[in-house]
Amino acid sequence: MIAVEDVCVQLPGFTLDAVSFRVGASEFFTILGPTGSGKTLILESIAGLVPITSGRILIGGRDMTDLPPERRGIGIVYQDQALFPHLSVARNIRYGLRYWPRAADREEKISQLIQRLNLDHLLDRAIINLSGGERQRVALARALVVAPEILLLDEPLSALDPNFREEIRYLLKSLHHETGITVLMVTHDFAEAHFLATRTAVISAGRIEQVGPVVEVFNRPISPSVATFVGMKNIFEARFENGMARAGPLALPLAGPVDSACRFITLRPEDIRIYSASTGAKENASNSFIGLVTRIDHQGIFCDVWVRSDGLLWQVMLPTSQLMEKNIAEGCEVRLQVPPEKIHVM
Amino acid sequence: MRRIDPFHTLAAVCTLLVVGFIVFPLLEMIRQPTAADLKASLADADVRQAIWLSISTSGTAALISFVFGTPFAYLLARRDFKGKRFIESVVDLPIMIPHPVIGIAILSLAGRQHWIGRVATDLGVRVMGSLTGIVIVLTFVGLPFYINTVKNGIEAIPRRLENVSRSLGATAFGTFRRVTLPLAWRSMIVGMILCMARAVSEFGAVVIVAYHPMTAPVMIYERFTAYGLRYSQPVAVWLIFVCLGLFLMLRWLNPAGRTRA
Repeated sequence: MIAVEDVCVQLPGFTLDAVSFRVGASEFFTILGPTGSGKTLILESIAGLVPITSGRILIGGRDMTDLPPERRGIGIVYQDQALFPHLSVARNIRYGLRYWPRAADREEKISQLIQRLNLDHLLDRAIINLSGGERQRVALARALVVAPEILLLDEPLSALDPNFREEIRYLLKSLHHETGITVLMVTHDFAEAHFLATRTAVISAGRIEQVGPVVEVFNRPISPSVATFVGMKNIFEARFENGMARAGPLALPLAGPVDSACRFITLRPEDIRIYSASTGAKENASNSFIGLVTRIDHQGIFCDVWVRSDGLLWQVMLPTSQLMEKNIAEGCEVRLQVPPEKIHVM
Repeated sequence: MRRIDPFHTLAAVCTLLVVGFIVFPLLEMIRQPTAADLKASLADADVRQAIWLSISTSGTAALISFVFGTPFAYLLARRDFKGKRFIESVVDLPIMIPHPVIGIAILSLAGRQHWIGRVATDLGVRVMGSLTGIVIVLTFVGLPFYINTVKNGIEAIPRRLENVSRSLGATAFGTFRRVTLPLAWRSMIVGMILCMARAVSEFGAVVIVAYHPMTAPVMIYERFTAYGLRYSQPVAVWLIFVCLGLFLMLRWLNPAGRTRA
């Protein structure tokens, strides 16, 4: 449905470097990346709002590269909603209608959409008097009312209060389900991608690092930057020999063979088991080692425990309730145990 | 008692001095002519003619700036291109050049010795001592104020609004008409006011290009040199009143409540 082929954009101080990926019809695809990685630039290139230096953009098999934005049939919703401040809610929603052919059942569809997005009671309001969630619903209605082939979402949840974020997140999911529209969303939040998308591309500094199903990118990141991005915390340089990973003085057994190109191991903080050293549990197992708790950060239900061992700093996450049960506190010795099958090498 | 910071005291004293420095001479000028003087001066057809000439030529300069300056300001606000800095400095030149130099520069194009002047003369356009000449000079000095104001006004409108409009099907011009223009309207009014204010006050360039027909500043100068202060004051007071009234009216016309730039 969307094919981005070797797209380069050169701007003063930033380059989008040979970006390629495909989004299938009716797919919900996300582009994940930190702020300033070029995510929005990709969206704006697809929409025709930023001229690309080289490469091609095809939509439904048609080459869109040289078409002006108004002839591409692509809707865009920005993080800040970009509602027209001088127009009422109704006029914002109906802004694009005059440019598209009038179908017989158009008015009916518009009122269905307005009802679906629960905007009936807001139609005469000024934009300035809307809440964040209401604004985002108006922006969605405005984009969808002209029935675009593709909907581009630029961090649609980031600027919202947590309760509105939840609401819009569910709305996006069900709207995608109901309309079958192809959605391309950029975000820096992996949890959003997990919840909404089937496939994702991770971008960093203007280059696509990895493309694949969300679950695969989550479990098997191919580089340290992707790993960091999907929430893997313990990333260490390692050498591999005889089924063992050697990180500094530490040797950890691995579950399977390793590609010779790999240079790192990484572990999710929730996959590491932690015991007070004094309980002596599981001692002398080859996949466990002793360390010192240097810091504990409380995050509510969960907490992060930082453990230093042989020059490596490990981050372990566990339910706060277990701190007491396991008798773990700052400054005490602990034993960490690393299940071989949870070690990801890359 | 609350201690007052010495710096704040200094700031307050300076504020009073500056406001007094601006307001006091103007107040005195308005206070000194008697009502009879003012009335007599208004009855003078030459005075009315000169004030009208000043207002109409400045207004024309503002309109010309609006027509030609708006797309230009849009380009400066929205596009990055090689030499943009240079173009921006060129726009500011008329602010920096001494006023009589502007007059001389315009005249050096207008005469028979230059091909532009010859073409203009053949077309029946006269610059020296004509309305056309006055409007050209006033547009020259007023344009930078219009362009810079409108450029800032357009820059303040998020580009994303225009992007969304394009994605919804509007062409570049349709987007300008339906999004940019309604949101930048206020800055255009302010730009025209500033342009006109600058143009009304122009003396140095006008007096070189056209001593006659006589604009109000030229008349004030002539009456001052020929007859003295008392004779020039009433004309100056009327010019101030007319300008104030005009600018208040433009402000009032500007629907500030409906457009938020």
